[in-house]
Amino acid sequence: MHLSSRQTKRAGRMVANEPLWLRMILISLACLTATVLIIVPLVYVFVQAFADGPSAWWSQLFDDPDTRHAVFLTLTIAPLTVVLNTVFGLAAAWTITKFRFPGRTLLMTLLDMPFAVSPVVAGLMFVLLFGMQGYFGPALREWNIRIIFAWPGLVLATTFVTLPFVARELIPLMQALGSDEELAAISLGASPWQMFWRVTLPNIKWGLLFGIIQCHARAIGEFGAVKVVSGGISGETDTMPLRVEKLFQEYNNPGSFAVASVLTLIALATLGARILLERWAEYQIQSMTSEQETKP
Amino acid sequence: MSISIQKVSRRFDAFQALDDVTLEVPSGSLTALLGPSGSGKTTLLRIVAGLESADTGSVLFQDEDVTETSARDRGVGFVFQHYALFRHMTVFENVAFGLRVRKVSNEEVRHSVNDLLKMVRLDGLGNRFPTELSGGQRQRVALARALAVRPKMLLLDEPFGALDAKVRQELRTWLRKLHEEMHVTTVFVTHDQEEAFEMADQVVVMNHGKIEQIGTPQAVFDKPATSFVMDFLGNVNVFHGRVQSGRVTLGPFNLQYDDYQHDEPREATAYVRPHELDIDRSPSHSSLPGRIKQINPAGSVLKIRVAVEEFGIELNIEVSHYRAKSLDLKLDDAVYVHPGSVRVFMPEADYVI
Repeated sequence: MHLSSRQTKRAGRMVANEPLWLRMILISLACLTATVLIIVPLVYVFVQAFADGPSAWWSQLFDDPDTRHAVFLTLTIAPLTVVLNTVFGLAAAWTITKFRFPGRTLLMTLLDMPFAVSPVVAGLMFVLLFGMQGYFGPALREWNIRIIFAWPGLVLATTFVTLPFVARELIPLMQALGSDEELAAISLGASPWQMFWRVTLPNIKWGLLFGIIQCHARAIGEFGAVKVVSGGISGETDTMPLRVEKLFQEYNNPGSFAVASVLTLIALATLGARILLERWAEYQIQSMTSEQETKP
Repeated sequence: MSISIQKVSRRFDAFQALDDVTLEVPSGSLTALLGPSGSGKTTLLRIVAGLESADTGSVLFQDEDVTETSARDRGVGFVFQHYALFRHMTVFENVAFGLRVRKVSNEEVRHSVNDLLKMVRLDGLGNRFPTELSGGQRQRVALARALAVRPKMLLLDEPFGALDAKVRQELRTWLRKLHEEMHVTTVFVTHDQEEAFEMADQVVVMNHGKIEQIGTPQAVFDKPATSFVMDFLGNVNVFHGRVQSGRVTLGPFNLQYDDYQHDEPREATAYVRPHELDIDRSPSHSSLPGRIKQINPAGSVLKIRVAVEEFGIELNIEVSHYRAKSLDLKLDDAVYVHPGSVRVFMPEADYVI
């Protein structure tokens, strides 16, 4: 984060040497793209959502029990996913940065898998594994556990898609921090648990929070993987993004846009939180690097 | 508490960091592990602290085998090379850490930490963060933190490596004094022979994962056991030559050498320290004519480089300012050099004349 801001500063100086006409063209091109692809659609979502006034918007969201359930479901699944991925991300980052073992590089590559695989394929994988006709289907049926076309499937699919966020944020950070402070804690008599809470966690908290925010944003917006495993049962397995699509298909534009506007608001809040956090993190990292710089 | 290291080996992939090392550290002593980087000295220190494990061999504190004991339970105070202070904690909390994890009462923590901060001359800085301190101050926080838990021994990894010369000198003297007051067994790692000689009671010279020599600073300096020790302990003049029939021929010098009386010649290397070469205006027995190329003052001595054209070599010589003045040495002066003492090392055995 710190590094990237430094790079932008350097880039800024470089561009200042380019001829004026080139700068004008590049700047207007960037502004045009941002306007057409980001600002106009963003504004349009809110214009459509509030076309009949705030009270109509409100009733679109909360008078329809199916929409209400979709909001509830998304706001349940996303935190569950975040908890799972925080635990997993910490464990993965810890394993990769603190230990040397065969297959370590492979594990790091595998962590990026969910970013490379299409979410629809991911969803399909889970259907083939846990669906009624799937590999574990008969066993699950015997135990009377429903995963596919039920909320556990939604959590599973969303967790898979958002798996890399926390780990990818933590690995470089923990690599840079090294393990001396943790070893110092142990040799001073701390238990591994005390070491984690008193030394490791305070050192990585900003990176962790950053990863969590990104993971949460992606979990709320996930569509492809969830679409496959949900089965689209209104009032049961429809999340907000699925609800947007369904309402749109039913020619219920006001309803569709109302839900979409809530998703957009959450996205904007995430963006705001990210900016705040980036500033904080930059401040923190700066104080850390200034410590290293004074070390001759 | 004494430390006994017995037949310890450690390998990192293809690199043999420690090779069958055995070492006794007497209780209450101040021992220096001296060697170039990669000699295994830090690995040995970390194995004693339990931060690293040995492949084979064992470590004993007094008579207790601690090889399998975790670092947490060894009761060792460890000072890391880059201090490893907890960067999100104040100086006070850094020092208090060991007591906090032992659930010592607040009252007692405050008392002990303030005492320690006073001892390391940091009273009043308890509320600062490590980033707000100078290198020397951080070093002392690290030391206070390690001492807070009343360790059985103190291990320091390159304690003054990252400090500038003046602070380093001050801290050395101070640490030596602290050790005399507390008498806690202390082992420190250094690559600086001056530091080792100035502070330690016992110097352990290491190279390639093995111990080359153990002894008092005086013994190691005066009677280097191997050519490596001789070479490592400072600037030496190296001569390659051979021994035969009670004589040693070292390039320019031909000296008596009683330890080898055989007729069969053998390869030998001889080392002469700069202060063991003497300069004179007139020739004497087995002296070499040369020309002064360079004169540099270095503290209490003058470092002089003399070119011996006849043999195409240059010699480093140290003389006192007084001696230089009485001879009135100047650049390009013609002088005669002769060795006071020479150490001859042959591949199998080492001899001193």
